[in-house]
Amino acid sequence: MSGILFLEQTLNGLQFGLMLFLLAAGLTLVFGIMDMINLAHGSLYMIGAYLMASFVAATGSFWLALPLALAATAVVGVALEMSVLRRLYERDHLAQVLATFAIILIANEAVRIVWGPQPILLNAPAGLTGPVELPGGVQYASYRLAIIGVGTAVAVLLYVLVTRTRVGMLVRAGASNREMAIAMGVNIRRLFTAVFALGAALCALAGAMLGPILAVQVGMGENILILAFVVIVIGGIGSIRGAFVGALLVGLVDTMGRALLPIGFAQIFPPQVASNLGPSLSSIMIYVLMAAVLVFRPQGLFPARG
Amino acid sequence: MKTAISLLAFAIAFPLAMQALDQPFYIGFGARVLIYAMAAASLNLVLGYGGMVSFGHAAFFGAGAYIVGILAVEGTRSAWIAWPLAVAVAALAALVIGAMSLRTRGVYFIMITLAFAQMLYYIFVSLKAYGGDDGLSLPGRSTVGLGLELRNDLTWYYVVLALLAATLYLLHRLVHSRFGRVIEAIRENETRAAAIGYPVYGYKLACFVISGAIAGLAGALIANQSSYVSPSLLHWIQSGTLMIMVILGGVGRFWGGPIGAAALLALEETLSGSALLGDYALHWQLPVGAILLAIVLFAPQGIVGFFARRRHA
Amino acid sequence: MLEIRGLSKRFGGVVATDDVTLEVARDEVHALIGPNGAGKTTIVAQLSGSLSPDAGEIIFLGANLTHAPQHVRVRAGLARSYQITSIFKRFTVLDNLALAVQARTGSSLSFWRPVATEQALFDAARAIAADIGLGERVDVIAGTLAHGEQRALEVGLALATRPKLVLLDEPMAGMGPEESQRMIELIGRTRSRVAVLLVEHDMDAVFRLADRISVLVNGRLITTGTPAEVRANAEVRRAYLGDEGAARD
Repeated sequence: MSGILFLEQTLNGLQFGLMLFLLAAGLTLVFGIMDMINLAHGSLYMIGAYLMASFVAATGSFWLALPLALAATAVVGVALEMSVLRRLYERDHLAQVLATFAIILIANEAVRIVWGPQPILLNAPAGLTGPVELPGGVQYASYRLAIIGVGTAVAVLLYVLVTRTRVGMLVRAGASNREMAIAMGVNIRRLFTAVFALGAALCALAGAMLGPILAVQVGMGENILILAFVVIVIGGIGSIRGAFVGALLVGLVDTMGRALLPIGFAQIFPPQVASNLGPSLSSIMIYVLMAAVLVFRPQGLFPARG
Repeated sequence: MKTAISLLAFAIAFPLAMQALDQPFYIGFGARVLIYAMAAASLNLVLGYGGMVSFGHAAFFGAGAYIVGILAVEGTRSAWIAWPLAVAVAALAALVIGAMSLRTRGVYFIMITLAFAQMLYYIFVSLKAYGGDDGLSLPGRSTVGLGLELRNDLTWYYVVLALLAATLYLLHRLVHSRFGRVIEAIRENETRAAAIGYPVYGYKLACFVISGAIAGLAGALIANQSSYVSPSLLHWIQSGTLMIMVILGGVGRFWGGPIGAAALLALEETLSGSALLGDYALHWQLPVGAILLAIVLFAPQGIVGFFARRRHA
Repeated sequence: MLEIRGLSKRFGGVVATDDVTLEVARDEVHALIGPNGAGKTTIVAQLSGSLSPDAGEIIFLGANLTHAPQHVRVRAGLARSYQITSIFKRFTVLDNLALAVQARTGSSLSFWRPVATEQALFDAARAIAADIGLGERVDVIAGTLAHGEQRALEVGLALATRPKLVLLDEPMAGMGPEESQRMIELIGRTRSRVAVLLVEHDMDAVFRLADRISVLVNGRLITTGTPAEVRANAEVRRAYLGDEGAARD
């Protein structure tokens, strides 16, 4: 098994993991502070990608469109929170699951109505379309490196925000013990709307950046949403650190599993078996990982609660 | 009792009426409604009565369907073999998945049932020999002997109706039995149920398995319905659809599952073919989503609950 | 009949239960008292099975139940009531009690026969309801009962399992004087049939009902004795009244 392939897949895993982190961070905070399951989080990711594509078409510039897409998605997120999601905080998980599932249906169709049913094109910015040579002579897509760069920068920013600023402290307090935070005078509603807006922007960033690599199509939110949930269950609900570690773990396991397991299987099993077993096993790797984590650490790796 | 009789009478008369009106398409549609009524009722047992929010119920539904599909393609088309086997496999899957999932609580339970269902989905997608992503076409409906040709839509409808009626009767006895009481008690207050001496885990698991088994039977029937199975039957969106049916009908109410299934499928049928929506008919999922949202926010007791309250007022 | 030997439990740096040894005899009402935060409920939780001790043993009627699951303890005859009311709010009083009776009579893996036909179950439930003073309220939805009535049902549920020893965790919590009276009488009525480990703050009840009293301070048992002995104990007075109280003697 070549070292180049291994390096490539590791970087891919890192890239995917960092983007997953953007989604998981917002999701885990929503869950941690408001104890709310939000299935529509994936829809914000999708809307972010679609808005990005439109802004790129309108402005002609990737980097100009990006902040616009983030802002617009944040607005959509806040509107959603204030109109519908607020009413769900006091409800049980089943109600939240169903209501946000309904939002997925509505969002999917709304996107289909506005943008049409076909996947739309989102291109990487000019200047990042070619490969870059890494130490060791390996060629790697410069855009993917850019994603790793952006993802890492945002992760660092989030870390600083959550651990070093007052707002961050309020967020952590809310995630760890909501009643206590309220009792101590934190305006949990406003804090929450702010957190939600941030989460929506992060979703949009992930959607915008992954758009050129994955397809921008209706239903893209659902596929990645389930991964994001696996991430926060593994990482521990309410914990940014957990979301980060969980996301990298899931990104790496999923990417490398898909690339390397079939090869590994082909070495051991006859081709007939390997071609069936390989892909199916690699798809389920992250779920096996999640089940394993839950067996040993039922609260996740870094539980924020308690 | 009265509800049961009127619904049964309606169900018996329905296909005959459709035949008289020269709308044979709706006989097939009716059978589909009955099958989903069974699937929704099975989910209502574990969700409404048991309080277990299982987001992976489609796994048992789809597994049952695939057993029938795979057996049919491999040459075994007898319903007497394929259908019980579908139920058994679904029950086994529920036993394994339930045994692991029920050790968790709250959102973790929801997520882990979802994850297991996705695992099964990917496993079936990867079965290239049995259609993979594109699904599997069956050579035709199962054979039952007894002089019945399931190929005939009318016959098929009544066979499905008979099975649904039998299943609902069994479910009715179940929820009013000792077992049913314990399950509801566990839903109401699990800690106290344990504190008065019930081995809670065992009861939840039994409920989960029974529910999965019934879903497997519904799956066997759905495979026959269009002589086609697709991995999308196991997708979590399918689980979500089943949950919509249950809450639409009234979660925890006996008729919630069947009524919800009928309502949702009827809604889907009217909206997607509607002249009202015109060009937008393609986007029927949007009003469905809106209605579901409205129900969750404003009428969480569902259709049955709504009418129950009216009667008491 | 109940022996607790060297029971210990810590949560991180906090020692909630510190090497506690005590026993409850047959036909005894044994009260467990102590200032707030002494760890009384933690002990009850370990006895009932919702918490697992770090060290020590719980022997009930000769059987080692230290790590046994909750339902096993109940079957053995060890039941508990909760400090924060934990009943089946949407069921009627009758159904609440019937559930407890059902647990001890025959198997509930019965899927066919309607429970409504089991007269014996409901007769037993009615008897218990009468016993706890809710005889006239059997068809009321439990969640709509007055606080005192809910507490009575709370205790009733534990008693319905026909325990040999019942752990009552602050049964009088949140009750006014009249309701407390009724609860004291209820406990008085049951003492001939069942041993009681009573955790309470209400000193009136404790001194009227208890055969022996154990005092818990900061997780540690400082003394066990008759009410008179405990009342006179200097260490107990210091724990409750502070140093000046003890010094005054």
